[in-house]
This record gives sequence, C-alpha cells and structure tokens, in this order.
Amino acid sequence: MAERRLFALLGLLALLSALFLGWGLREPAGFILSLRAVKLAALLVVGAAIGAATVMFQTVAANRLLTPGIVGFDALFVFLQTGLVLLLGGAGFATLPDLAKFGAELLCMLLAGVALFGVMLRRGAEDVLRLVLTGVILGVFLRGLSGFAGRLLDPSEYSIVQQASFATFGTVDGTQLAIAAAVLAAALTGARLLAPALDAAALGRTTARAIGLPFDRIALLALVIVSACVAASTALVGPITFLGLLAASLAHAVLRTWRHALLIPGAAIIGASILVAGQFVFERLLGQQSTLAVIVGCVGGLLFLFLVLRKSRP
Amino acid sequence: MIRIENMSVARQGITTLSDINLGFGEGGVTALIGPNGAGKSTLLHAMSGLLPLASGRVTIAGQDIARATAQVRARTVALLTQSEHVTARLTVADLVTFGRWPHHRGRPGPADHAAVAQALDLFALTDLAQRQIDRLSGGQRQRAFVAMAYAQGTPWMLLDEPLAALDPRHARDLMERLHALSRPGPRQRSVVIVVHDLNIAARYADRIVALKDGRIARTGPKVIALTSAMLSDLFDTRMAVDAVNGHPVVVPV
Repeated sequence: MAERRLFALLGLLALLSALFLGWGLREPAGFILSLRAVKLAALLVVGAAIGAATVMFQTVAANRLLTPGIVGFDALFVFLQTGLVLLLGGAGFATLPDLAKFGAELLCMLLAGVALFGVMLRRGAEDVLRLVLTGVILGVFLRGLSGFAGRLLDPSEYSIVQQASFATFGTVDGTQLAIAAAVLAAALTGARLLAPALDAAALGRTTARAIGLPFDRIALLALVIVSACVAASTALVGPITFLGLLAASLAHAVLRTWRHALLIPGAAIIGASILVAGQFVFERLLGQQSTLAVIVGCVGGLLFLFLVLRKSRP
Repeated sequence: MIRIENMSVARQGITTLSDINLGFGEGGVTALIGPNGAGKSTLLHAMSGLLPLASGRVTIAGQDIARATAQVRARTVALLTQSEHVTARLTVADLVTFGRWPHHRGRPGPADHAAVAQALDLFALTDLAQRQIDRLSGGQRQRAFVAMAYAQGTPWMLLDEPLAALDPRHARDLMERLHALSRPGPRQRSVVIVVHDLNIAARYADRIVALKDGRIARTGPKVIALTSAMLSDLFDTRMAVDAVNGHPVVVPV
C-alpha cells in the first residue's frame, strides 16, 4: 500500500517537473529549456536532500517537530556569509571564485555538523535532546554574531549578506549543482543501506539497544548523512527553513508507514515536489521571482505551530 | 546462569549500586523488590549489559556480558524497559517482529515469522496483530511489549515493571503467562521482573531479591525471604505476612 503511494508521489513529481519544463515554452526553446532544466535539477536536489535529511534526523532525535535547520545549520550558513563579507568586503566577496566558495561552505558545514553531533553523541548519546538544545543555542549564538557583524557592514555590503541569506534558485551554477547532486546520491545510497537500522532506531534508544542495535553508531552515521545533505543543499541555494518539516510531516501522513526504505525516498520526493510546484506557481503562473523560500517558510512555520499546539492539547 | 560479582554502578558520579554479588539460576521467576530509588531498574539494566559498570562484572553462562557484541547480547538477554514510548506507526505484529531483530537484522525470514506467530499466540494477541499499538488498551499494549521480549528468543527475560498501570485482572493474566513460561518445557524462559506489588511477588515469584539503597537487603526463596521483619525493614513501614491458600500475603499494618 505504502509502495503504491510512493509510486503515485513519484508520478506527481514527474508531472510537476514536466509542467515546470514545458509550460509556456517559446523560442528559443532549446536555450530556455536548458535554463529551466538546471533550475529544475537544483529544485529536485535541494528538495530531496532536505526531505530525506529531515526524516532521518527526526528518527534519531525521536521527535517529529525537529529539523536540521532548527539545530543551527541555517544560522551557520548565514554566519559564514556574513563573516566572509566582513573579512573580504563586498567587492572581495563578489570576486571569490564560486566553486571555491561553494566547496568551502560545503566542507565547513559538513565538518561543523559532524563535529557537533560527534562530540555530543560521545559525551552522552542517551540524551539526544541535549544535542538538539546545544544546536539550537549554537544557532542563536551564531545568529547573534551574524547580527553583530551585520552592524559593522556598510549598507551595500549588508544587502549582499541579505541576498545570500535567502534561498534563490535563479543563479545556480552547473558545476556546483553536479557536486551537490553527487553528494546527495552518495547520501541517499547510505540512507538506503541504513534504512532497516533506522526502523529499529525509531523504537527509541533503550529498546533499540535491547534488541541488539548499536544505536549510537547508527545515530552518528545517520547524522553524518543528514549533515552532508543539508550542507550540500544550503551551500547550493541557501537556507529554506521549514521545508524539511513540511516534507517529513507529509511523508508520514501520506505513506503511513514506519519503514525508512519508503519514508526517506517519500520525503525526498515530497520535498522536491513542494519546491517544483511552488516555483512553478510563482514563476510561471504569477510571474514572480525569489519568493518561494519565504512562502515555504511561512507555510512550514504555520504547520510547526499547528503540530506544537496539537501536541500540547490535553 | 547469571552471575554478578562485586558489581558497582555509578550514574552521573553518584553510586547507585554497590558491592552486588548475586547468582540467578535458570528457570523460574525472580522478583526484584524494594522501595523507590533502591536500584532495581539499574540492576536490571546492568544485568542486560546495557549499562557500563563502575566495577565488577556480569557473566551469563560464563560469558562476560560487557564483552559480548550487541547481537550476541541481544540473543542472550531480552530487556523490557519502562520507557516504551514509540513514535513510529507500528502494528502489534510489527512490534513483535522487532523482537526478532537480533536474528533477522531487518530482513525477517520464515523462522522469524513463525516465532512471531508463536509469541502472538502465547500472549493472546493474534486477533490484535494488525491493530496499531497506540490504539490498544494499557493491558494489551503491555502484553504486546512482553510478547516482543519473548519473541527475541533469549533464555533470559528481564522485565522492568511490566505490571505498572495494569489493573489486577490484567496484572494477574500477564503474570500467569510469565509464570507458565518459566516452568520446565521447550519454551522455558528465566524471568527476572521488577514489581512493586508485593502480593504479586509473593504469589508468582520463586525467588526474591530485595534491594535497599543500592545494596542487596535480602535474597532467597520467597517463603524464606518474605518475612514481616524483612519487609518492614525494607520499606521502613510495618508490614505483616500471612498465608492464604499456601501463598504468602503481605499486608501493611
């Protein structure tokens, strides 16, 4: 049953992708199509990476409200952008080779994620909540630092930071996209192999260990994959807060299964579908640009509030 | 046989168990009793090999459980803990199948399905097999978790307060099943169970291990261990022990 729903989701994504590529296509069709294909690929990579990462993260954290963005990844990205503009100046930042900047950001966030998760898990893996809270506080700290650094910038440099702090799919570089896609492919392969262990991990740390699962090792591996996915997508286009929450919540609601072999691809497909559908509506139907991340954040934020309020009801 | 030698356990710098020397023979039901905070759950977790020891060791059939791999450990001891909060949407059959994890590692085969069917049958869950666990009553849910521990197929079942929040009928029903399992036969298991209801311990346990302040206060067959003086001292309140139908009955006085 869940398998059939997964195939239906895949069909929906294919349909949305075809609409995105083909809607209102005019001459020069080949050129427009190539531009659209790059943007579509970016939407698919980012949506899939964030969706898959969030499902895995929620399982390890044993909490359906948390997302990697909430534990400070987005803040780290903004901090890196602000720090670079502050150090190099607006002109220096603009002249940085795109690929080097992308690679450095990817590596920085991957290392930061692995370091945070690795250190915290070694110190007391039974308390994933502590890990998450540390991430949240680290996020607040980094946002504070970014805010402080922002005050040291002149307005034109600050606007560069502002621009870099919201996800945009309009200026995606082909090489960066290929690297991000390769990282995502490797991460999803790892996730596929880890799926049965994640099923057992969803029972909670104590029960999972009681049935022989090396929970701490599995959690660390999962968090490395999560870091890779989020780092790749954020370095590619910038942060999209709450997309993961939307994708993971919908994957659980639509597929109604506990099997990660279905949930992970399901959330990846839904994440990609949300972005493709959103970009299609804004770009093709409404003729707008750059509002997708804001709208996803708004809808995702409302869902977050709904889930919190529903949980807190007696 | 489970043998505990000079075991101490510390959690966050505080010693919760000290100088524990115990032996658990195979078969039968052993009840761990004692006041809140005495260290009963800690003892159970330490016996399962899931808790690092400050000193001493736990051996099962001569093997040091701390040195065993996760899979070997999980094929030797099944531990049912108190914190069974599951976020996944599982049916009863799914949950019990997870008990077979040490054997199938995520890919259950015919032998696993047979073991699950037997566990469901043994704990009267066959009719509820496809029901979501969050739709079960407290008693059914607890039975499902015990069935999961049974399906693990281990010679030892360590159960941490499986009767908590069960009414007398469900508590008795579960204990009857566990007691029957602990008798000699092809499905025999050695059951170690943490209980707060002293009359349940008096009725169904073969042996008693009484803990107080992280130390063994008394251990032995229930007819010898369960005395008014021992229980009054253990719980710091006066208790009397009488006999009904040949079983000890504990009454606070």
